[in-house]
Amino acid sequence: MRDARWLAVACLCGVALVWSTPLLWMVVAAFRPQNFGGLSMASLIPDFAPTLDNFAEALDSADFALLYLNTVIVAGGILVVQLVTITLAGYAFARLRFRGREVLFHLFLLQLMIAPPVLIVPNLVTITQLGLYDTLLAAMAPYFASAFGVFLMRQTLRTIPRDFEEAAAMEGANWLQIVTRVLVPLARPGMIAFSIVSIVAHWNEFLWPLMVISNPDNHTLTIGLATFTRGAESASQWGVIAAGTFLVAGPLLLAFALFQRQFVNSFLFSGVK
Amino acid sequence: MTEATAEAAERAAPQAPTARMPLGWLLLAPSLVFLLAFTYWPMAQSLAQSLRIETFGTDAISWGFGNFGRLFDDASFRRAAVNTGIYAAGTIVPAIVLALALAVGLEAATRFNALLRSVVFFPVLLPLVAAAALFLFVFLPGIGLLDYHLAMIGADRTNWLGDPDVALWSLIALTVWKNAGYYMLFFLAGLQAVPHDLHEAARLEGAGAWGRFRRVTLPLLGPTLAFVSVIALINAVIQVDHVVVLTKGGPSDSTNLVLFYIYQQAHENYDYGKAAAATVISLAALLALSALSLRTLERGAHYES
Repeated sequence: MRDARWLAVACLCGVALVWSTPLLWMVVAAFRPQNFGGLSMASLIPDFAPTLDNFAEALDSADFALLYLNTVIVAGGILVVQLVTITLAGYAFARLRFRGREVLFHLFLLQLMIAPPVLIVPNLVTITQLGLYDTLLAAMAPYFASAFGVFLMRQTLRTIPRDFEEAAAMEGANWLQIVTRVLVPLARPGMIAFSIVSIVAHWNEFLWPLMVISNPDNHTLTIGLATFTRGAESASQWGVIAAGTFLVAGPLLLAFALFQRQFVNSFLFSGVK
Repeated sequence: MTEATAEAAERAAPQAPTARMPLGWLLLAPSLVFLLAFTYWPMAQSLAQSLRIETFGTDAISWGFGNFGRLFDDASFRRAAVNTGIYAAGTIVPAIVLALALAVGLEAATRFNALLRSVVFFPVLLPLVAAAALFLFVFLPGIGLLDYHLAMIGADRTNWLGDPDVALWSLIALTVWKNAGYYMLFFLAGLQAVPHDLHEAARLEGAGAWGRFRRVTLPLLGPTLAFVSVIALINAVIQVDHVVVLTKGGPSDSTNLVLFYIYQQAHENYDYGKAAAATVISLAALLALSALSLRTLERGAHYES
């Protein structure tokens, strides 16, 4: 029994070791001097004086400030519109009775399965017809409605007792005041959870922006990283790739380190809770 | 809550602004506009485009299954379809088994476990493109992270991404690394709902650790398992960023996946007919899958504690 326990702990540690190696390497390699390494570039032991040369070179070969800005605009823009659409729709499904509600609910459910990436080709046609090709709006538009967010809001709103709304209604508040003044503050945990999942998803999005954006001025971080990686790979500048990856993933990893519990809860919220 | 208070609230909630347009529809309208424009309209459009045959150099348009014929005649597509099946099974089974094992092993709330959970969860936050950029070096033959450390235990070098027999499995390994932590979270949540006294009762009856897991934990995790399987399957179909960065579907189509094939046809070959036909096939597969799993998803969505 005791032996089995230690074996289990050893296995877990083994998995954790394997899992952490690529990221550990990223950190070590990003700070490794460029003339260092050579054949032992893969070594995980930081046997050198750390340097920022790789970061300097990464920042030099791609306009990271612009990439960050575009990514913040895209992820933030999607989130702002989503929060409005999912709150309204979540309220409708959670609190109102109307003709066709069940049918609509199933129409929404379907979007959980028909994920936008499958529809990149016809959506590209639509975006082009709307004259949005090669704009940041094109990268955002397909995500403005989120079935997942609507379910999350519906679920969250249903856990709020109706007493609050009734009291507000007694005092003559209309539905908009009830939603914005009463329900939204109470639904904050659900909205924060959704926000984290949405930001992570769209910060990391690649294929769709790649389809609809061609002008480097409109590139997002992931597209920038892919372009930049191609260049650095052919020059075997692994330290620079590590630094670039660090710059792209850094903000989210840092946010996770700071708000670990909130992150974990949010991702759990995104499924069965 | 009783029916009476529910109805009182229903009355209290102000009625529609106009008699013709119920408030419910009005509130759903913004979501519906975007769902229609970017989910239902493109589905219909793919179907139409897939059946539309344009003859090159003329304006003649005819309708039929020609695009599907050309699609199935394309060895690259057949390879991509088979690869997607292997890739899905190859990522889902190990990722879920591992996630479940990690969840059970790291269930107790100790500092040590919290650390290990974070370590396994970190890759989830990484963009797939960034993970792929890192794995360019992990898979680099000879001096890469994998070969360098395998050489220490005397293994030969492997061309992880260049060998057609190995490349797809390399991508599978990357995906398992990336996603296992995500699925682990769901199992951790599911485990919290397993009543402690059931375990105690089983222990008193002399069940060992494995017996308790199989007879108590696993059956109670059924819904979670079903839910995670659906998510994992969707992920297997829609995530191809690493293919774009690492292999571009090669060598000789050994890592081509259906979505990457669609992307290639549209973005590089401008063959919208074939791209649309492949999209329709993917949609049909997803719809069939959703018909099977709608109940599971709905249970997830309806669940209230």
